[in-house]
Amino acid sequence: MLTGEWEPARTALPSGTDERLDLDWELGVRATGLDLDEQVVRLDDGRELFYDGLIIATGASPRRLPGTEDLAGVFTLRTLDDVAAIRAAIDAGARRVVVVGAGFIGAEVAASCREQGLDVTMVEPLPQPLSRVLGERVGAVIADLHRAHGVDVRLGVGVEGIEGDGRVERVALADGSTVDADLVVVGIGVVPNTGWLEGSGLELEDGVVCDETTLAAPGVVAAGDVARWPNARFGETMRVEHWEHALDMAMHAARRLLAWGEGVTDVAAFAYEPVPWFWSDQYDRKIQLAGRPGPDDEMVVIAGALDDERFCVAYGRDERVTAVLAVNMAARVVRYRRALADGLTWSQVLEDAAASGS
Amino acid sequence: MTGENRFQSRWGSEMRVVVDFDLCESNAVCMGIAPEVFEVRDDDFLYVLQEEPPPELWDRVRDAAARCPKQAITLEG
Ligand SMILES: Cc1cc2nc3c(=O)[nH]c(=O)nc-3n(C[C@H](O)[C@H](O)[C@H](O)COP(=O)(O)OP(=O)(O)OC[C@H]3O[C@@H](n4cnc5c(N)ncnc54)[C@H](O)[C@@H]3O)c2cc1C
Ligand code: SF4
Repeated sequence: MLTGEWEPARTALPSGTDERLDLDWELGVRATGLDLDEQVVRLDDGRELFYDGLIIATGASPRRLPGTEDLAGVFTLRTLDDVAAIRAAIDAGARRVVVVGAGFIGAEVAASCREQGLDVTMVEPLPQPLSRVLGERVGAVIADLHRAHGVDVRLGVGVEGIEGDGRVERVALADGSTVDADLVVVGIGVVPNTGWLEGSGLELEDGVVCDETTLAAPGVVAAGDVARWPNARFGETMRVEHWEHALDMAMHAARRLLAWGEGVTDVAAFAYEPVPWFWSDQYDRKIQLAGRPGPDDEMVVIAGALDDERFCVAYGRDERVTAVLAVNMAARVVRYRRALADGLTWSQVLEDAAASGS
Repeated sequence: MTGENRFQSRWGSEMRVVVDFDLCESNAVCMGIAPEVFEVRDDDFLYVLQEEPPPELWDRVRDAAARCPKQAITLEG
């Protein structure tokens, strides 16, 4: 949509399911509170909704740069309105774009803006884009990709402040330099939307904390960007911000809730242990990641080479493969995702690497 | 689950998988869900392995169609 290629209507949810599902929409109202004992969700129009079972899926909101709220031309990107506002700024003639943060959102914004011929500077305090997730070598590949497409990539430097008189004029960086800008897009991560659950008695810690089956309290489950749960496959409590994950976890949580309603006690059967999967399109590259790489994981190239247009790498620790990432090799990631679910070992991956000559 | 076959009548006794290859971006979401029907090969193109999949795959094929980020899969029947 940011490139103008998609009309807003195309993003609408597939229709035609409502009447079959027998559900009531309450659009334009916000949940403001939860009472676990009374089994009631409070709404901002004063009403209270009683529930037998509750699914919390309030997602997350983009983190903002403090002190920029009143400055025109500074945007975050999450909703359709956000995209429309950025689009409108471009249509109104914005030409010099600063992208704050070189995570997946920032990198995609930078790519879409470059494809429209805008000047783009991308600022990232880490030594390489995504280096905390993907390591410095793969991070460097992403930085080079953006440089090759004409993005001015500034690494290892944070944003000191955004300056302008009512409207953004320049971005001041921590190294004392400034970058002129008429459009700033901030992509520095998200915060789970749990404000309405404060004081409800649910455990909140960077998300709604669930048990290993996605249950957060009796009769309450959570799913998607807002939910944190222990994933035994990775031995880690995680919150995943991926689209496919939101759908998958929602289905799991719904089944879990129904089982709770039916008094099912064999909760082990409901342990939620997915291999998260994510993709990101940047220019002509399709980056796909299955699994959950850790910052200190080993990394090995298992197909192609890092300076190729297509390659595949694996991450691992303690003889265990934690993740597989590929650029323009989507099918491989899908296959490895299955292998990861079946307990792919590091030595198997090394064999694959040897077989492909990498 | 009682809902399992509830939508079957909508499809009659056949299902035909049609992919709009102009929309498809080969991200293999569908392959992750129904590899018997959808396969993205190393040439980066999507191949439909069974254009008329058997009923036991219909649930997953519908799931794949619903989850395709480009809404490139249509089911006729
Ligand atoms: C620009 C962008 C690009 C992305 N690209 C990718 C990608 O390429 N691949 C990928 O895997 N993922 C991507 N993601 C991430 C993916 O979109 C999210 O992980 C996914 O949308 C999470 O779904 P969710 O339902 O948990 O939350 P959301 O989609 O955030 O939905 C939460 C809903 O709850 C509502 N809500 C919040 N608070 C309340 C309240 N108090 N009362 C009532 N309603 C409330 C919100 O309005 C919202 O409608 C991207 C995200 C963004 C923003
Ligand atoms: S999910 Fe959709 S876009 Fe992705 S490969 Fe399948 S048909 Fe193509």
